[in-house]
Amino acid sequence: MSETIETATPVAPEQALVVEETGAPQRGFAGQNVPRKEDKRLVQGEGLFVDDIKRHGMGYAHYVRSPYAHANIVSIDVSRAESLDGVYGTLIGEEVAAVTEPFFQISSPPGAHVKDYALALGKVRHVGDPVAIVVAQTRELARDAAELVEVEYEPLPALVDARRALEPDAPLLHDEAGGNLSWSGIYEWGDVDSAFAEADHVVKISELHFDRFNSTPLETDGALVEFNRGTGQWTIYTNNQFPGFAAIMMGPAMRSGLDKLRFVTQDIGGGFGNKITSHPQLVAICLLARKLNRPIQWTEWRTDFHLTMSHGNERWFQDTEVAVTSDGTLLGFRTKAIDDAGAFLRYEPLGGVIWAQVTPGCYRWKHVRLEFTQVMTNKAPVSPNRGYSRMQHLWFTERVIDIVAHELGLDPVEVRKRNYVRADEMPYTTPNGCVYDSGDYARMLDVGLELIGYDRLDERRRDAESRGKLLGFGIGSTLDSGTNNFAQSRLINPELQFSGNNEVATVKLDLFGEVVVTLGTTPQGQGHETTAAMVVADIIGITPDDINVRAGHDSYWNSHAGFSGTYASQFAVTGLGAVKGAAEKLAGEIKKLGSVVLGCGVDDLELAEGHVRMKANPEAALPLMACGAIINANNAGLPEDLDVTLNARYVFRPQFEVPDLERKYGNLTLTYAAQIHVALVEVDPETGVYEVVDYAAVDDCGKRIHPQIVEGQVMGATAHALGAATYETYAYDDDGNLLTPNFYDYHVPHSMDMPPLRTGYIESPSPFTPLGTKGMGEGGGAGIHAVCAALQDALAARGKPIVYDSHNPYHRVWELLQDPEASRSRVEVVAQ
Amino acid sequence: MSAQEPTTSRVVTVEVNGQSYERNVDVRRLLIHFLRDDLDLTGSHIGCDTGNCGACSLLLDGTLVKSCMLLAVQADGGRIETVEGLAAEGELTPMQEAFSAHHALQCGYCTPGMLMSATALLRVNPRPSEDEIRKGLQGNICRCTGYWNIIDAVKAASGQEVASRE
Repeated sequence: MSETIETATPVAPEQALVVEETGAPQRGFAGQNVPRKEDKRLVQGEGLFVDDIKRHGMGYAHYVRSPYAHANIVSIDVSRAESLDGVYGTLIGEEVAAVTEPFFQISSPPGAHVKDYALALGKVRHVGDPVAIVVAQTRELARDAAELVEVEYEPLPALVDARRALEPDAPLLHDEAGGNLSWSGIYEWGDVDSAFAEADHVVKISELHFDRFNSTPLETDGALVEFNRGTGQWTIYTNNQFPGFAAIMMGPAMRSGLDKLRFVTQDIGGGFGNKITSHPQLVAICLLARKLNRPIQWTEWRTDFHLTMSHGNERWFQDTEVAVTSDGTLLGFRTKAIDDAGAFLRYEPLGGVIWAQVTPGCYRWKHVRLEFTQVMTNKAPVSPNRGYSRMQHLWFTERVIDIVAHELGLDPVEVRKRNYVRADEMPYTTPNGCVYDSGDYARMLDVGLELIGYDRLDERRRDAESRGKLLGFGIGSTLDSGTNNFAQSRLINPELQFSGNNEVATVKLDLFGEVVVTLGTTPQGQGHETTAAMVVADIIGITPDDINVRAGHDSYWNSHAGFSGTYASQFAVTGLGAVKGAAEKLAGEIKKLGSVVLGCGVDDLELAEGHVRMKANPEAALPLMACGAIINANNAGLPEDLDVTLNARYVFRPQFEVPDLERKYGNLTLTYAAQIHVALVEVDPETGVYEVVDYAAVDDCGKRIHPQIVEGQVMGATAHALGAATYETYAYDDDGNLLTPNFYDYHVPHSMDMPPLRTGYIESPSPFTPLGTKGMGEGGGAGIHAVCAALQDALAARGKPIVYDSHNPYHRVWELLQDPEASRSRVEVVAQ
Repeated sequence: MSAQEPTTSRVVTVEVNGQSYERNVDVRRLLIHFLRDDLDLTGSHIGCDTGNCGACSLLLDGTLVKSCMLLAVQADGGRIETVEGLAAEGELTPMQEAFSAHHALQCGYCTPGMLMSATALLRVNPRPSEDEIRKGLQGNICRCTGYWNIIDAVKAASGQEVASRE
């Protein structure tokens, strides 16, 4: 079904990471598909997910949520609920406001003025906005009791369409902000006016729309919180995927030092960015644990998740103009992006700068102007979602490329190859100062075309035609920028004191020779235990089976830093960079000890086969177990100045500068993995029903530590994109009711929905990272872009309609077929 | 209790993975919550409120069911098989081995239900075609893998060749 193609692209020679100079060079584990360490427990149902954790006397929390998109809260009466047998207590917004500060806002004004608490205070701003929590002895009772909470609302008009948010008569969400604008900024690089003066054609596109959806991890958010009255410490067992961020949000809000907030994660049932912003819920559960003096368990119901958690950014692109020369060279573009943040700014308005990591997409556009306006609406708050903010922008660039090609009669393959950043230009500096580290997009496209059988395209078109179908071919070219320079937040708010990035790992050699690794990360299926063990094994000269990588994250392990977590495509750089650093530090200490015990120089020693031994005489060797025993339990007589603990901690810190804030210029991310996807679709012109009939995904994330895990991430990102292209949408009615609040209405792909898939790869090692790796996993939504392009190609023979939305359910395709002119009116080509 | 009052709890006896349990259960309690909260058998998971996701799939008297769609009292007297019972002797089943070998799980949250559906499929259809595998798994949602590797794993577990990707 799938195949991988080895390519001619230069690949770095395998590093013989195990130092073995006496015999034949030993290949390291890195690059091999070793069995995942996580699997044994997970296939036996022995994982530990947050809802599996129980404590004596714990209470179950259930939220009372607003049925209105926008309303004043007149009164809340919890007395009937509290009087029920087995109900332990309740929490409402006024109590929250009495004991916490509003959450710190990332935005500069006006978004900075938004007041956001763990529960609604005074008014509700979206359907599902939480107004109270009931805690009871059982899940069922908590749910029953929640029904008894009486809330009187005074409904207000709802703002659903972000494009109306700044109109004078638009409903106002946050009085304190003085309007619905959260943040706006103008980005301009190069010489845009000259580019348009120079252009032979200007292609104008009045409006494109990127739809609202998210990745819906199968496990919803949750926590179990214990409060220790003696020490004032909360222990938060949770599946939050970015505890570093949660701590920054929660500490000041709770007036608490961060050491009083202990975050513990183990197995997490998918995250995809959607589990970053659960800090309001975690605060509420912490407050209840203290108020009710018992452990509190909270697991979100599926409907709660859909109503309230981490929708992806919905975005419009208006008044787009593209400057093109007659040979199809893309000079530049200008556009106005309107971003819908929903009701609160939980991670926003960072989406207003994150897109700029990939400003020109895969292309050599030199002149760009983008006016970014983000507004708040009476819908669920948005937060990071796989491909966060870059996906929206990359969809825009891909749509623009194909609309330009379509209107000017250019070949979509040729126009890409003409304009892609070239392999010999790497590292490539983009118009806004980002540095694409390595890659060969044209070569990747060739691999994709070969996988899809591009040379037989005409034949396949005729075959589809003979069956009454329209065949379409489409490309999605994307980047997965990883390892954020958090200084980019200062483009949003110059007052912020964030910059750079970091991650931590510890590697120790214990008493009986066990090698134990702790990570600051919070994996959700990415196999960190396995890949970390592979990197350590290669450095210490043992096997991954010899290594215990602790599952999950615990802020009591002292293996975390301010940006610890698993998000934004960075583990293979930051996480493994930290692991490599710590393992090398430990290796150095083992050799230092060996030199004392064996009476030789450090440079005379090597680590191999579980021993530190003399290169010249492998018989003169000390087993790791002996090293652990000497340092930990048998250290009499060791030299006083021997600085060896066999417990190494390393903080990986990529080199970044703070960008030039005036010009909005500088490097925003360290690595740029690339994805080129190619799709073939067949459309039934009678109904608009279509099917993806062939699909190829080509990936380049530099050096692959575990190719199978990398391919798994590629597949997952592809599935998410295909779901979003056709099925998945958070649709709201005019009153702000979410029409897809569960898996009945929000259809995610099932096993029957998946097309045949071929995968390919090339490896362009990053020159900027310790292992040549690049962060990957998010992808750039390439499947959405490829399907949009393929649909437009398929429909071309039926009046050349323009695919203007990222989400194309069958009825929208039918509309395009019925009235192509309606979509065509969005596009105009001006010859100069 | 007087005769007029409705019954709110009942004694339920079930056999789970070969072990018998007798518990007094709220009659409105779902089977999945009974297993997870009362018996502490947390291998079976919950991913939705609506019976769509299949993370709670298990076998009740040999029939594949979604245990969030049944009350615990409906399982009274029944014989239940869950993921915890697959490797009862400590040896992983060929299906569990195949899931690991083919990277058919990432986060592992859907895996228990997926394994039970796949196991049930092979009991009635030891060598299913690819279409039959897809149909057999259509009640189980996975958000990590896109299903391709899961389908490969089921093929492999049923002794069929899986096209190599290398």
